[in-house]
Amino acid sequence: MDLAAIIALNILNGIGSLVLLSLGLAIIFGMMRVINLAHGEFLMLGAYTTVFTTNAGLNIWVAMLVVSPLVVGAIGVAVERGIIRFLYGRMVDTMLATWGLSLFIIGLITTIFGNTANGVPAPLGSFSVGDYRASYYSIVLIVIAAALMVAVYLVLRFTRFGLVARATMQNPNMASALGISPPRIYMATFGIGAAVSGLAGGVLAPISGIIPVMGAAYIAKAFITVVSGGASILAGTLAASTLFGLINQVATFGTTPVFGEVALFISAIVLLRALPQGITGRFFKGRL
Amino acid sequence: MAISRRRFLANTAVSSTALLASPAIIRAALGAEEPIKVGSLHDLAGPLGATGQPMVDSLILAVDELNAAGGLLGRPVQLVNYDTQSTIQLYSQYAQELALKDKVAVVQGGITSASREAIRPVFDRFKTLYFYNTLYEGGVCDRDIFCTGTTPAQTVEKLVPYAMKKWGKKAYIIAADYNYGQITSKWMTKYCQENGGSILSTDFFPLDVTNFGSTISKIQAAKPDLVLSALVGGNHTAFYRQWTAAGLKKEIGIASTTFGLVNEPETLDAEESEGVLGAYGYFEELTTPASTAYVAKLHSKFKDIPYISELAACTYEGFYLWVEAVKKAGSVDRAKVTEALETGMSFDGPSGKVTIDHQTHHATRNAFLAEVKNKKWSVLETYEQQPPQDTAAVCNLITNPNDNKQYVVDVRGH
Repeated sequence: MDLAAIIALNILNGIGSLVLLSLGLAIIFGMMRVINLAHGEFLMLGAYTTVFTTNAGLNIWVAMLVVSPLVVGAIGVAVERGIIRFLYGRMVDTMLATWGLSLFIIGLITTIFGNTANGVPAPLGSFSVGDYRASYYSIVLIVIAAALMVAVYLVLRFTRFGLVARATMQNPNMASALGISPPRIYMATFGIGAAVSGLAGGVLAPISGIIPVMGAAYIAKAFITVVSGGASILAGTLAASTLFGLINQVATFGTTPVFGEVALFISAIVLLRALPQGITGRFFKGRL
Repeated sequence: MAISRRRFLANTAVSSTALLASPAIIRAALGAEEPIKVGSLHDLAGPLGATGQPMVDSLILAVDELNAAGGLLGRPVQLVNYDTQSTIQLYSQYAQELALKDKVAVVQGGITSASREAIRPVFDRFKTLYFYNTLYEGGVCDRDIFCTGTTPAQTVEKLVPYAMKKWGKKAYIIAADYNYGQITSKWMTKYCQENGGSILSTDFFPLDVTNFGSTISKIQAAKPDLVLSALVGGNHTAFYRQWTAAGLKKEIGIASTTFGLVNEPETLDAEESEGVLGAYGYFEELTTPASTAYVAKLHSKFKDIPYISELAACTYEGFYLWVEAVKKAGSVDRAKVTEALETGMSFDGPSGKVTIDHQTHHATRNAFLAEVKNKKWSVLETYEQQPPQDTAAVCNLITNPNDNKQYVVDVRGH
């Protein structure tokens, strides 16, 4: 019973981590068809922002939930204005540009902060389930991931901005004819995607190794999750995260961590062979 | 004549090249000696950047010291450093450049065992003397290489019994999933069993694993007395964080063959690193005069230098062992220097006396055992002049100088 509870917690934690890792990417890729190879670096910038503002004396919750998304969101807007907006519709060029951007950000952070950063410990401590111990922070991570999903859903589904943004993504010319400025919507959407990534980076900071190249460990999983999720941003991310988080954690616990990673990638390959359009290409069609 | 932009650029390029080249020309004209080139292959960027930095800093310090003291054989020494950017492909490429283009007298470098195995054949083929100064799993038996770092018989053999005495007999091994972690876990198993303990499980982790939740539950299910860790790299430091966050830090002890080699105590919170045991060939905290002088010199030269571990100290000592051998041989010729080193060349470095062992081409050196206290290593034990017994058990380059392979320890189950 204790074991079942702790495994369930690990699975939820694995799913929550994948949701956090990929939601920002899903917004940018899913809505704008921009392949952002600097996504891992957005996460890294979020983590660095949390680490440095916390070490400077800021409350850790304010740092990760407010400052990190604001900072990375602002960087995202600057990136969109400076680079991405010239490349809409040119997928390969965008990939090249964002890949270059990711190398630039890594180089910049390494130059400024060096390879060593003082991390922040996870707050809140731990609790026991029978013989097992787990951290309260893993529950916080799950809650934040869930809250983030709900918030993005509410914004896209029930606000005027969400409606306008979805309309612009579907048909920018028509939106433009109706008096909406697509470039502004693109800018805002990219900024929000970056901000979500920044928040995710901040939330992951206390349980990660903080190094300039940390994004590389995340980006493959984020892309696999988003691509396997398919066209629907939220339903797709949630479905793919659930599937891969479950498989990865169960395989890791039941066999070895190596096989846990292998199982995740094999299931992604099989899934994309069976459903080339991703999970939401077949199921939950037309959902957000 | 109007000067076009292109012409202007071409002119300035030529003149600045001439300006840069002029000292060499002047020197050649005066008949001064060509510098002796020393190659260096270390990662300064990427995941291993923090690891390579102090190693290169140590080499720069050593070369500057040597030149200030009049150079080597009356010639200045020039360091040719390539940043391999944590990429194995660049190791192979730059190794060829060092051997063929730069024609260096010796190469100091390689960090991971994977990088060493990528460049060792290159230097064998192109007859370039090679020093590998990183602690590693042991067993390399090759007359064309000198391994000056510690191997498991010098460190793990001390660490495992000490940790078992402190915490108990049942151990759980977690290690990085490449040759270093795989082989080191075998040594851990061997020493644990030889001391009457048992290994509950051994888990390997690809280097990009960041979520250790399930592993932490698995370890708790196995109920070990201690965890033996050979985790490697920045992503794996996440384990120590998640372990502490789950409240296990105070319940189950951790002894590691990699923790604190780079910057873990500095990066992690005090609570996350407190009490971790480690055994290496050198600690920055050593208070011998040679050690404090070395640390002071590095700190005054490089303000931002990260933790100075065995990696940096062995690189410094590796370089000086080569220098002593060149002096003895009176030449930088590879065969002559190798023979000089094989006479049992020794050097008194920051870690103490270091002697090259002819039979294995490894080093007999001091080893130390320490515990993290408030983000610093506190040295608990000193083991004087430890021979590389692990490699010596499988390798004899005196009787079989043409041997060229890496032996892996054979661990008998019980």
